[in-house]
Amino acid sequence: MLEIKNLHARIVDDGTEIIRGLDLTVKAGEVAAIMGPNGSGKSTLSYILAGREDYEVTEGDILYNGQSILEMDPAERATAGIFLAFQYPMEIPGVATMEFLKVAMNEQRKARGEEPLKVPEFLKRVKEAAASLSMDINMLKRPLNVGFSGGEKKRAEILQMKLLEPKLCVLDETDSGLDIDALKIVSEGVNALRSPDRAIVVITHYQRLLEHIVPDSVHVLYKGQVIKSGDKSLAFDLEANGYAGVIGEAA
Amino acid sequence: MNMHAQPQRTLAETALIDAFGERLSLLPGDGAVMVKRDDAIEAIKHGLPTRRIESWHYTDLRRLLTKVPAFEAGAVVKALAPVLEGSAVLPVLNGVSNAKVPEIEGVTVQRLSEKLIDGSVAPGLDPYGDDDAIGALNTAFVADGYFVDIADGAELEKPIELQNLQAGGQSHVRLLTRVGAGAKAVIVERQAGENDEALVSSVSQLVVGDGAEVTWLIVQEQPDTATHLAQFKAHVGKDAKLTLFVMNAGGGLVRQEVVVRTTGQGADFKLRGINLLAGDTHTDTTMVLDHAVPHTTSTEVMRNVVTGKARGVFQGRINVHQYAQKTNAKMACNTLLLSDDGEFSTKPELEIFADDVVCGHGATVTEIDHNHLFYLMARGIDEKTARGLLVKAFVAEVIEELDDEALVEALEARLDEWFLTHG
Repeated sequence: MLEIKNLHARIVDDGTEIIRGLDLTVKAGEVAAIMGPNGSGKSTLSYILAGREDYEVTEGDILYNGQSILEMDPAERATAGIFLAFQYPMEIPGVATMEFLKVAMNEQRKARGEEPLKVPEFLKRVKEAAASLSMDINMLKRPLNVGFSGGEKKRAEILQMKLLEPKLCVLDETDSGLDIDALKIVSEGVNALRSPDRAIVVITHYQRLLEHIVPDSVHVLYKGQVIKSGDKSLAFDLEANGYAGVIGEAA
Repeated sequence: MNMHAQPQRTLAETALIDAFGERLSLLPGDGAVMVKRDDAIEAIKHGLPTRRIESWHYTDLRRLLTKVPAFEAGAVVKALAPVLEGSAVLPVLNGVSNAKVPEIEGVTVQRLSEKLIDGSVAPGLDPYGDDDAIGALNTAFVADGYFVDIADGAELEKPIELQNLQAGGQSHVRLLTRVGAGAKAVIVERQAGENDEALVSSVSQLVVGDGAEVTWLIVQEQPDTATHLAQFKAHVGKDAKLTLFVMNAGGGLVRQEVVVRTTGQGADFKLRGINLLAGDTHTDTTMVLDHAVPHTTSTEVMRNVVTGKARGVFQGRINVHQYAQKTNAKMACNTLLLSDDGEFSTKPELEIFADDVVCGHGATVTEIDHNHLFYLMARGIDEKTARGLLVKAFVAEVIEELDDEALVEALEARLDEWFLTHG
């Protein structure tokens, strides 16, 4: 489903190269974990997948279902089924959350040639999704993410993911800022989305999240490259021995 | 004796002075009213204000007012459906009030032409300072409008909408409102017209009685062919609350002055303004607020969206008088500049003579936040729609603060209307 080939990318503003020859393949139905120390390029990778303009791909390619997505803008990628759950979801004053959800869902339906959702059906879906994440529906009457706690923002991201039903989910440090109860709820939300035709990329700093969302593969990112891949046992290794060993091996 | 050499009169000045001579016999009122009119036209004879006059620095009226249309309207104009459903509508059509006014419980409505004829409004026709060009223009030519008197303690169930509409030509209107002690009212001042050259002066005078609560909404949607010179003057009494919402969404040359004075302890004034500026237009909002007694509060928030070659101005002057201790005043002016050719000038002025007050002001000019844009697009919302959502959000924040569902919905509908034609 996702093939990243020899990807090189830099920050547009200052030309700093962050991703330096990254290879990664994630199949449909797979949950892949990307781990790595601070500054290894994890978040940058998630932004590049979503199409953020602050980064420029200088070499290599990203294929989604066999097609390059490099020329697609963020909206086109999203309607094609790519979803990024942000590490720091943006607060947007003045944009009502419900209005935003409705526009996003219907824009995606429009791009797929589907009719817009009728209001009762839309409300029903939002209510169900909110209930499954133990979210208070009144929160959604507020402007988008405004005044939400860190944990509430992360739940809101998963809520959006549930409603938009993407094919490739990228979760950028979804565990940060969550207490243990919230972590469980969010993880259950993600696990409920696991399916044979959907791939999930979980970016995390700690192994903790992977106890709840058990990955099929684990990849260690360091200095913009995948330096080691393995199964879930790799995550336990890293937790026990730190990144130093793996980095030493690769050097 | 004025010893300065008079510069040559502009076409507009000449047209106004000539028109006064021609209209004189048709204007209602004699005696006291006539004296005020004579003084007013004298002020105009001294010349319209230029950028050398401090309060007109960003709106050089002498240079900008290039056309003065004939008085006669180009066509008949009809009252509009009100902004807020169920409002009692008081229309002024092509400068003329309606002889038949609706019955509103607790409210007495009179045509202003009658009050000009009987001379009872003469004292209110004085200008408020040396540079009151709008007041002078209006006093010279005012022919009609309404006087609305809301009885003490009356809590109006339905809003009142004052409509000032014209289909070209000139109209000079006054809207006087007295809100009695303890009364509650929502009043819409609608300023609009057909697409034809027009010169409109409109002066609203409001007295908010002790303990009264008034929400006054100015919805200005003139065509780009109109010059709209407006003034809103209010006194806010003891423990009274006035919220003034100004939405400028049209007009070729617009100046909306807001002149407010707190006259009793515990008075609270809120100004919330939205300027939606497009095309090759000029829109100036100028506020002079006097905290004249102790223990009064005010907040002012302006949100401006500038597109095309539009130019906008906000001048906000807060005077805190020497004995007006414990004043609390905050002012903010935020502008979203969406085009390279647009501009917005902001001039906050605080003049504080008391020593125990809290006063602040801030101004920002920004573009669309590209982080916000990315977030919306990352959810599949195309760029144009996402930008539209963000621009609307920027101004809608001020509307939502009104905290009245019917008001918010009605104003957002006006916003949508603007974005539909200008987005």
